[in-house]
Order: sequence, then structure tokens, then C-alpha cells
Amino acid sequence: MFKSTLLNPKVHPMPSGPLLHRYPLKVWIVMGLLILVLLSYPLWGEFVFDRRADFFLEKLTTIVIFALFALSLDLLVGIVGLVSLGHALFFGLGAYTFAMTSPAFSPASIWWMLPLVLGVSGCLALIVGFLVMRTKGIFFIMTTLAFGQMLYFAVRQSREAGGTDGLFIMFRPEVAIGDWMLINLDNPVTFFYAAICLLILTFAFLRWLTLSYFGQVLDGIHDNEDRMRALGYHTLHYKLTAYVLSGMIAAVAGMLSAMQYGFANPSQAEWHLSGEVLMMVILGGMGTLFGPILGAFAYELLHFSFEHLTTHWKLLMGVTIIVAVLVLPRGLAGLLIDPPRLSRSRVKPASTESRNTADTSRETL
Amino acid sequence: MDLTFFAIQMLNGVQYGLLLFLIASGLTLVFGIMGIINLAHGAMYMVGAYLAFDLTRRFGNFWLAILCALPIAIALGLLIERLFLDTLYKRDHLYQVLLTFGLILALNELQMIIWGGDVHSVPVPELFSGSIALTDNLQYPIYRIFVSAVCLALAGIIYWVIKHTRLGMIIRAGAVDRDMVEGLGINIRSLFTLIFSVGVALTAFAGMLAAPITSIAPGMGDTVLITCFVVVVVGGIGSIKGAFWGALLIGIADTFGPVLLPSLASVLMYLIMAAVLLVKPRGLFA
Amino acid sequence: MTASPENPMLSTRNLTRRFGGLIAVNDVSIDVHEHQIHAILGPNGAGKSTLINLLSGELPPSTGSIHLRQMAIHGKRAHQIARLGVGRSHQKTNIFPRLTCLQNCELAARINQGGVFSSWLSPTRARAVTDTAVETLEICGLKDRIHTLANDMSYGEQRQLQIAMVLATKPRIMLLDEPMAGMGREESHKVTKLLATLSSQYTLVLIEHDMDSVFALADVITVMVDGAVLETGPTSQIRSSEQVRDVYLGR
Repeated sequence: MFKSTLLNPKVHPMPSGPLLHRYPLKVWIVMGLLILVLLSYPLWGEFVFDRRADFFLEKLTTIVIFALFALSLDLLVGIVGLVSLGHALFFGLGAYTFAMTSPAFSPASIWWMLPLVLGVSGCLALIVGFLVMRTKGIFFIMTTLAFGQMLYFAVRQSREAGGTDGLFIMFRPEVAIGDWMLINLDNPVTFFYAAICLLILTFAFLRWLTLSYFGQVLDGIHDNEDRMRALGYHTLHYKLTAYVLSGMIAAVAGMLSAMQYGFANPSQAEWHLSGEVLMMVILGGMGTLFGPILGAFAYELLHFSFEHLTTHWKLLMGVTIIVAVLVLPRGLAGLLIDPPRLSRSRVKPASTESRNTADTSRETL
Repeated sequence: MDLTFFAIQMLNGVQYGLLLFLIASGLTLVFGIMGIINLAHGAMYMVGAYLAFDLTRRFGNFWLAILCALPIAIALGLLIERLFLDTLYKRDHLYQVLLTFGLILALNELQMIIWGGDVHSVPVPELFSGSIALTDNLQYPIYRIFVSAVCLALAGIIYWVIKHTRLGMIIRAGAVDRDMVEGLGINIRSLFTLIFSVGVALTAFAGMLAAPITSIAPGMGDTVLITCFVVVVVGGIGSIKGAFWGALLIGIADTFGPVLLPSLASVLMYLIMAAVLLVKPRGLFA
Repeated sequence: MTASPENPMLSTRNLTRRFGGLIAVNDVSIDVHEHQIHAILGPNGAGKSTLINLLSGELPPSTGSIHLRQMAIHGKRAHQIARLGVGRSHQKTNIFPRLTCLQNCELAARINQGGVFSSWLSPTRARAVTDTAVETLEICGLKDRIHTLANDMSYGEQRQLQIAMVLATKPRIMLLDEPMAGMGREESHKVTKLLATLSSQYTLVLIEHDMDSVFALADVITVMVDGAVLETGPTSQIRSSEQVRDVYLGR
């Protein structure tokens, strides 16, 4: 990224230490292993879980969808630094858009369903984003939470949206060109792979975005929005773009979720879900992109094991959240990497080594 | 819609709004003075209602129940403040959100363990059990009038404290500039504890008052929390006056919405909030 | 356009800003001319920072006007005024701590060289942005810290970086709010020298407490007391002004 005619990489080499958004090798290894384990599940699942293999395939698909959802939120919370507590709005919107526009007696085509979900969620994200961006700090959290419950209340009281029962969807969309079926989403294994593919694609897209010039602006806004404005950036535009992108990705996750279960339900738009996905982001390590994916797995595994332990698993979950916040503020990712933090400037003495090279470097120019 | 119906709806709206004010005022004080976002505030409303239900059943007397429930609720609030929030004052809002979210999950589940998932109700205390004839054909339950009167009285007291006492001056200063309070040579720590306890007490008391006129059910705190957030956003953070008028506005809109605009009723509250954000992003009274 | 007394770079007329009942800036009319260092002196609470905030658009004026060349800029918003070539630094250290020096300056340079999309579309323009950033870092003596995280630098270096960022926006006029605040003697001497070299190419409005550097640097000094202008004039005039000595220097 640092192409410059004035900069000689031999004199000023890129440092090897931690930089923002730089992953050490072990992150790639961990993520690679995770993907490998997931992709190979159809091979080993039956040997390990025997007859419950199908159940765990469903479970893993759910987790992958949540990972996608958490990834979308990380763009807002971790990268831009906007704590949104209403992201279930877009998850639910994706689910309901899909459920309400699916034909009753035939599968929808993905070629119009996906753009529709993206378009609807993008438009709503633009409107809601514009309104919530007028506030800051605690105010922002409160307005996002309040707007986040809007869809929940609306669908619960709407007959067209099925009220508290939600809507059932009979068919998963068709991915076909002409009569030729490209991907059969009705097959659970194929659906699982499709979800993983979407997760990887989204991760790659967000990774590219954070490393791009646009991402640099988002980093600047995260660190010091006032300074960005004083430099001449119209920060609202950048924040709004991130908000819309994030909302659209969350809606795709919601659509996948509705596809998987075959229904859209008010609980997919409820603020508890917003809280849970925020927890996944924090548990995994915000602002790292790979962290929230790990967070989704960790959260759902905890959830699953507590559920089997006791009927009052929510109590354990609540306590775990409290402990995690107090003990692991930087999440699982913090165990793997040491990213630069936004701290009250810890001043280090300038190294003498670089001082000595100063004069020589001036001559080379 | 005839006049009688309108009057009843209006009274209901005002009564609901005043109840909302009790909850929202605690919320806005904690936001404004302490700079803390407390999602578990709604759960304290639920705790208040369940305590009123439980103790009324035990003692057979609603008033005695309130008398005993209030110290319990305040003790719970103090416990939470001392145990958790203390460590979070200096941290980011994000962690406050998550910690209080964890508290909600835990408190909701504790409620399920102690009182179960059934819907309960509390009989209206005998003293106020009748209805009053406002006009020839307009009957209105006395208890609802009593609730409104108590809320109004409390609002008056809060207003007087804020306007005319030293504590009120500190609170007003703190809502504008928190650093200034520290400059005034006040023990911030005990001030925070006081504010938090008052907030919890107001909310729990609102839950107790509401117990005879609402159904006491799991998750009742969450709905109220969201509504109060809207109230605070509309009124402006840290402003008691804002909380009062915001609560009345939302309360009345919520009662009239389903009658006048049934198609928009569920999102009416949000339309109001959106309008306020467009015109005055910091709230009507901030 | 050339510099002439009739055509100031930046001028204010009857600029006033009230906060409730308090008048922070009261009827200030000053002219800042090209290639001059215009220092603003005054005791604490004289309204210097508020004045800078008005000039940079971070606060709207209550009444009065601000013109950049002939263009009225009062009422415009901070990012718009910045795009017109008014660069500013803040009293508090105001950098992007998690980014490297280079990235800090790139952010500053990019917005005035076509923005994000221009860099996206054309690698040449992206390279030009980086070159500007490297250049300004060199001018400010930070070239050897180019890939250092801003957070890991010493306080003095962070202050220098802040000036570098203003420079990287290629401003027509720079507003510097106490650039030497909290610096050691050696560091502040370095910055004084840096500012002196800048004055040949840039126009500077400077708020500074360090009297020695102000008298060494400034061409014109405006002394403010209680939000109003006490006296404006060339440095020599202010130095010998009885009025200024009584009110400000005497204390």
C-alpha cells in the first residue's frame, strides 16, 4: 500500500511489529484450521457424532450464519467504533423480506431474492443510519437500540407478517441458470457449504475494505472523528456507507437463517439477539474481523453446553458474559495478536537506533 | 370517537406517561450524571412488580408489601452498583452495555427460577378498588387516579429537589459537565451511589405501583426499557423536564395510536423519535 | 492573487460568539496577510481558542463575518472550511494513535488530493498522496519515524506530527493552537525553527503562551483580553506598547 517515489524501503523498512489490521501468521493458521475442520465435517461428522451428525450439521450451519452476522457488526463496532445495539433489525429484516416475498407454492429465484434483500435492507439502513448518526456516545447506543426494536414490534402486531407466530417458508430459493440447477440449497450439506462460502467471501471483502484507502478513513474516524472533520472529511458519508454495508451483510445472514429454519420469527428481530451478537463480537475480539468469527463459535458452544447442563442456562450465560467482559476485554483475538490500542498515550522514549539513521537517510534523498 | 371515550383515553395516556416518567427519570439521571448506560434498569421495574406481587400474597396487604419491597429493591440496586458498575465507571460504554446486558439475562432467569413463567396479577387494594363517576356516564377506576396523583407528587418532589437544593444544583451541573462536579469538591463516589439508588428506587416503585393494573409477566422489563429509551431520546439526556414531557408525549401517543392510526400504532413511537432526531438531535429539552 | 494590505488572506469583521450570557469573543476584527505569522496573545480565558474554533468552523459565530480571500466562510461547516484550505491543529494532541506517522499524514493529504475515490481510481494519484505525506514528515523532522505508530512516539514528536498533518493538507492558511504546549525547551526550540521556515511559504495564525517564541516568530501580534482585541500591530509595536504591558505582560 505504501507506494511512494520518495520512500526508500531499504532505508525505512516496514517494521515487523504489530500494526493495525496486521495479522501474525498464527491467526492465518488458526483460521485455516477452523475452515478445514468445517469443510471436512461431512467426512468425519458421522464417525464422531454417529446418528446425531445431521443435528450437528444444522448446528454448525447456524453458527456459520451467526459468524456472518457478527462479522457485519464488527465493521461498525470494531472498525468504525460505532456501538450499535440494534443490529437484529437488519437480521430480522433479511429474514422477513425473504419470508414475505417468497412465493407460496414454488421456490423463489436467488437472482432476484438476493438483490431484493440487499436493496430493502440497504434502503432502511440508509434511513435509520442517517437518523442515528445525528447522535453520539450513549445517545447513539440508545437510539440504535430503540430503532432496533421497531421491526420487532411491527411484525408482532402485523397480520401480514404472521404476528407472534412468524411466517413459514416452504421452499428455499433456487440457484439456477435457465433449467440448470447450479446449487441445490435443499441439501443440508450444500447449504452448509454455501453458508461457509458466503462467510469467506464476506470476510475477504471486509478485509480488503479495511486495508483500502476507505478503511484508512474508517480507522481515522474510530480514533478521532473531530480531527478527521478538521482535516476536511465529511465523516457522516463514510460512517453511513459502513452502516449500510453492515446492514446489508446482516440482512443476508438473516435471510440465510430464515432459509435454514424455514420460518421468519419475531425473535430474529429482537434486541436480545442484538445483545448476543454484540457479545460474540466482544468475546472474539472487536476490530479484528477474524475475532468475531471465533466469537460466534465460542458463544454458541457455550450456549450449547449450558443448555445441556441446566434449563436455567440463561443465568449461566449472563454470568459468563459478565465475567468475560471483566476478564477478557480484548477477547479471544487478544490472545493471538497484540493490535495497537487506543490508549491514553503511553509514551515510550524514542529509540536511539532510529535517531542515528536520521542523518544518513536525509542524504539519500 | 365521542368525548367520553376521548377523556378516558386521555386519562389512561396521562397515567401511563406519568408511570413512564418515574422509570425514565431514574434512567436519565444515571445517564446524565454518571455517564453510564444501564440496560438493567428495566429489569428493576420487573423486580419491583414481582416483589409487590410476592409480598402482597404473603402479607395480604399491598401497602405493607410496598413498604417492605422498597428497601429490598434499593439494596439490590446498591449491590449491583458496588459489585459491577464500580469497575465500569472508567471503561467504555460498550462494556457497560455488555455487562448490564449480562445482568438482564441473569435477573430475568432468576425471576424465572423464583417466580416461574406464569402471568400473575395483584388485586387492586381495597381502599381504591372502586370507580369514580367523573360525569354521568364516565366511570374511571380510582386506583389509576391514585397512581397518577402519586407520580405527579413524586415528579413535583424531584422537580423541587433539582431546582431548589444543593444536590439539585450539583445534578444540574453534572448533566452539563461532569468534570465540573469534581471541581466543586464533592465526593463523586457517594454522589453516584446516591443517584443510582434513587434511580433504582424510582423504577422499582413504578413497578410496584403498576402491579395492580398490569399483568406481571416475564420480560415485562424489556418492553418498558425500550419505551423509556425512546422517552429519554425524545426528552434529552440528563433532563428531568425532558423526561417528564417526553414520557407524557409517548404515553399519550401510545394510548391513542391504536385507536386513531391502527396501521401505524406499532411504529408511532419511532416516528416521533425520528422526527425529534431530525429537528433536535440532542432531544427536545437538552 | 498577490499579498497586499487591501487583500488579506483571512479577515474577520465584528466577530462575536456568545455562550449563554458569556461573551467569549467580542467584536473581533483582524486581518491576516499572506506569508505572515500572525500571533494571538492573551491571558487564559481571553477567547483565543474560541476565536480559532470560529475561524475553522468548529463553532458558528453568533454575529460577524469571516472571509477567506473574498469568500465568506462563516456559517460553513468545519469539513467544508478545511477543504477550502484552512488547516488547523488543536491545543490537545490530536492525532490518530493507532496509525503510523505516514498513515496519519496520508489521511491528511488524501482528502485534499481528490479523496478516497481518486486514490482508488488512479495509482498515480495515490502515490502522489504518499509522496506528500513523506515530504511533510521530512520537513517536520519525522522522516525516521515514518512507520512508527503515533501512539508509540514521545509527546514532542506527537506535537510535531500534528503540525505535519496540517502541512500535508497543503493549506492556504494554518491555524495553530499552542503548538508548543507542554514541550521541553529543546523540543520547543525545534518547533520554533520549523515554524520560522514555514512562514516563507505559508500563512500562519498562531496561539502561543511561550513569549520568547512569539516575539521571535511573529510578524503581527494581536493581543486579546476578555474576548476583545486590546491591540493589534507589528511585533515591535506590541513589544513597546504600554497598554499591553500594563494589562498582560505586567502580570
